[in-house]
Amino acid sequence: MSTATLHPSQESAATRVVQTLLRSRELAIVIVLALILVVATTRRSSFVFSADGWRDTLLAPSILLLLAVGQMVVVVTRNVDLSVGSTLGITAYATGKIFVSNPETSVLVVFAAGLALGAVVGALNGLLVTVFKVPALVITLGTMYVLRGALTHEVGSDRMTAGDYPAHFEKLGNQQVLTIPVLTIIALVVVALVGYYLHTARGGRELYAIGSDPDAADLYGLPSGRRVLGAFVLCGALAGLAGVFSAARYATAFSGTGSGIELQAVAAVVIGGVAIFGGSGTVWGAAIGAFLLVTINRALPILGISEFWQGAVVGALIIGSIVLDRVLSIRRTHKLVEARDHA
Amino acid sequence: MTTATGTEGRTAPTLELRSVAKSFGAVAALRSGTLEVAPGSIHALVGENGAGKSTLVKIVAGVHRRDSGVFRLLGEDVDFGSTADSKSAGVAVIYQEPTLFPDLSVAENIFMGRHPLGRGRRIDRTRMYDESNALFARLGVTIDPRRVANGLSIADQQLIEIAKAISLDAKLLVMDEPTAALSGNEVARLFAVARSLRDEGRALVFISHRFDEVFDLCDTVTVMRDGAYVSTHLVAETTEAEIVSRMVGREVAELFPKTPAAIGDVVLDIQGLGSTGEFHDISFQVRAGEIVGLAGLVGAGRSEIARAVFGVDGYDEGRVTLHGKAVPKKQPRAAIRAGMAFVPEDRRQQGLVIEGSVARNIASVIRGGLAKGGLLTAAAENKASAPWASRLQVKTSALDMRAATMSGGNQQKVVIAKWLATDPKLLIIDEPTRGIDVGTKAEVHRLLSDLAGQGLAILMISSELPEVLGMADRVLVVCEGRLTADIAREDATPENVMAAATRSAPTAPPTKEPVS
Repeated sequence: MSTATLHPSQESAATRVVQTLLRSRELAIVIVLALILVVATTRRSSFVFSADGWRDTLLAPSILLLLAVGQMVVVVTRNVDLSVGSTLGITAYATGKIFVSNPETSVLVVFAAGLALGAVVGALNGLLVTVFKVPALVITLGTMYVLRGALTHEVGSDRMTAGDYPAHFEKLGNQQVLTIPVLTIIALVVVALVGYYLHTARGGRELYAIGSDPDAADLYGLPSGRRVLGAFVLCGALAGLAGVFSAARYATAFSGTGSGIELQAVAAVVIGGVAIFGGSGTVWGAAIGAFLLVTINRALPILGISEFWQGAVVGALIIGSIVLDRVLSIRRTHKLVEARDHA
Repeated sequence: MTTATGTEGRTAPTLELRSVAKSFGAVAALRSGTLEVAPGSIHALVGENGAGKSTLVKIVAGVHRRDSGVFRLLGEDVDFGSTADSKSAGVAVIYQEPTLFPDLSVAENIFMGRHPLGRGRRIDRTRMYDESNALFARLGVTIDPRRVANGLSIADQQLIEIAKAISLDAKLLVMDEPTAALSGNEVARLFAVARSLRDEGRALVFISHRFDEVFDLCDTVTVMRDGAYVSTHLVAETTEAEIVSRMVGREVAELFPKTPAAIGDVVLDIQGLGSTGEFHDISFQVRAGEIVGLAGLVGAGRSEIARAVFGVDGYDEGRVTLHGKAVPKKQPRAAIRAGMAFVPEDRRQQGLVIEGSVARNIASVIRGGLAKGGLLTAAAENKASAPWASRLQVKTSALDMRAATMSGGNQQKVVIAKWLATDPKLLIIDEPTRGIDVGTKAEVHRLLSDLAGQGLAILMISSELPEVLGMADRVLVVCEGRLTADIAREDATPENVMAAATRSAPTAPPTKEPVS
């Protein structure tokens, strides 16, 4: 997140880090998340302080976490991928298919297959967007329906159930290392890797540049097409991985698996402070946004809010965070312009 | 056509273009472009809009590929397929409005795509900031490399582009109308930087409509007209009049032909207009048949005053009356009904529906009256707009041509035609000839003069001093949001207008006498 600091060169590095942190959008959502956890736990201590509560708090967001990270990488380039829910459904079902044909299949193979299948879908999206220069919103809306249709055709009213997935795979869905669920660990590693790439690699910075001003990116001679394609492939691959996660966690897959979760992923990204028109935001923000969304949904019943209102609460959160971003951005621009005029 | 070769052939020219042509479909944007730029020189490229300068620049920048002709850089034949090619060959193009990444830091804007890397191919931010600071130090400016580019002035943005060019060790810098949006101080700073780059042996191409700048900064000048090369001159051996005549292919006798008109009753009366942070205590009148020039530096508050008068923005105090009737604040529709017309500074964004047809644009303000039963036909638009288009000599093949494809001068005529169709009493026009070539400029001036002769009251904002002095019956000078002078046509000189425009006297009352 950028700061409004005007002459940071004269400040020490430590001061700068603290200031950046205090002004960051990420901190704001962490505080909201912490508040919700505290309030929900005061109402019912088992919300966090019980073996199941602790596990769910960490495990429940893991799938959305993967989707939000992938979505963030696409959104930062001023694109969006609405097909991730369908991709998730396909890989969750395909995972079951693989195990039905050979229950002895290694988990690693399944993970690789999920990643690869998702990457193919992502590459398809990316190619359509970069070659035909059609807005990603339209393209991925199309692929979302096409893939869902294909899945429904293939699956029909059939469904993969617990019996179709081997025990060692299902166990993975709930396995914990030092009380931390394995799926969550994997998701957090993904967050860290992608975050590191976006912050420290040229390619990562170029994704921000492309989203910040696509025309300028062309004038700079950045390989925009390749980078955007890469972002879609990564997003698709992570959606594929999320499909495998979904199969492991719920041990079920049917034609409607993952339907609607793409919008939650976009919501998590927006709540996490990633600009919907690209160019700014962090993976950490998107990840915390995912945590916040899932935790809110879990906490609302405890807070005595009917589940019917959950959607409305999420919607209010999205609008609130966008308005907040807008206000902050106007204030920041105002400050910068003012400082310029008085220079 | 005369060709005065200015550069000796000791070293290979940095840039050499010979008979370069480029067509888009059936339209030949560049028929025969020739330009030879020596290292260590600042070469002006001048020509009317549509002369092919932009196309030439875009070929050098790698945006377009030429159809034919010779293109050499540092003595070697080149053929750029992309901007990346041109960049890596040592060409840097600085556009009038630089395209930076607003969300990213200044340093990243300089080093995007080639950040300094440390261990493990990680971006070395400390080095990036240090190198940015070193670049700015070389340019003699201080810009914080860590701040975001968003909110930087155009001048600072250009300096970032230049810093980028230096860090790329560009041998050729092309500056496309860099001074159009700069204040006097900023222009001076840019020129100092340009001269130091020249002294380092780099070649610079400078495109400008302002001849004083060309003669101040450049050593050589190449003239283009109608997509073709005309001539090259040493600046020391030519005159402004010669360059202008080569550009337009004819002698322009009078650039600013305001003819005296009978001054009538007060049309616009402004009393004590003020808006916090923008302007204060603005009072003046504009009479029928009178052109009042609003002069001042960019950012002095002239456009803000005009926008408040027309009702685009609100104001905190004072009142606006037109023909004795109060005009309500912040209601452009009421202002239009009362008889005001407003030609904004930014033609493409605010003056035109740029993707719309000529007819639609001209008819856009009067369309309520043209519609039958709520429906508006293209035929009705064409019929209503045709007389205006011909009266203003809008050069267009058809009224359904898209405004975006027209030259700046013709676009401006369309905007003026649009407002004349409403039969206004007062025309407010902000920078009437910005970005318009010399030939059309004179036409716009003649048009304004004619309109004043017909009794229209005109309030003209202009940053071009000769334009203000030539056109205005009265010059009002704005400085830091206050009127600092009200000078009659016969008393107005460049010196007293500039003196009033640069005087920082926030408490001084508006004077009625010329400021010496």
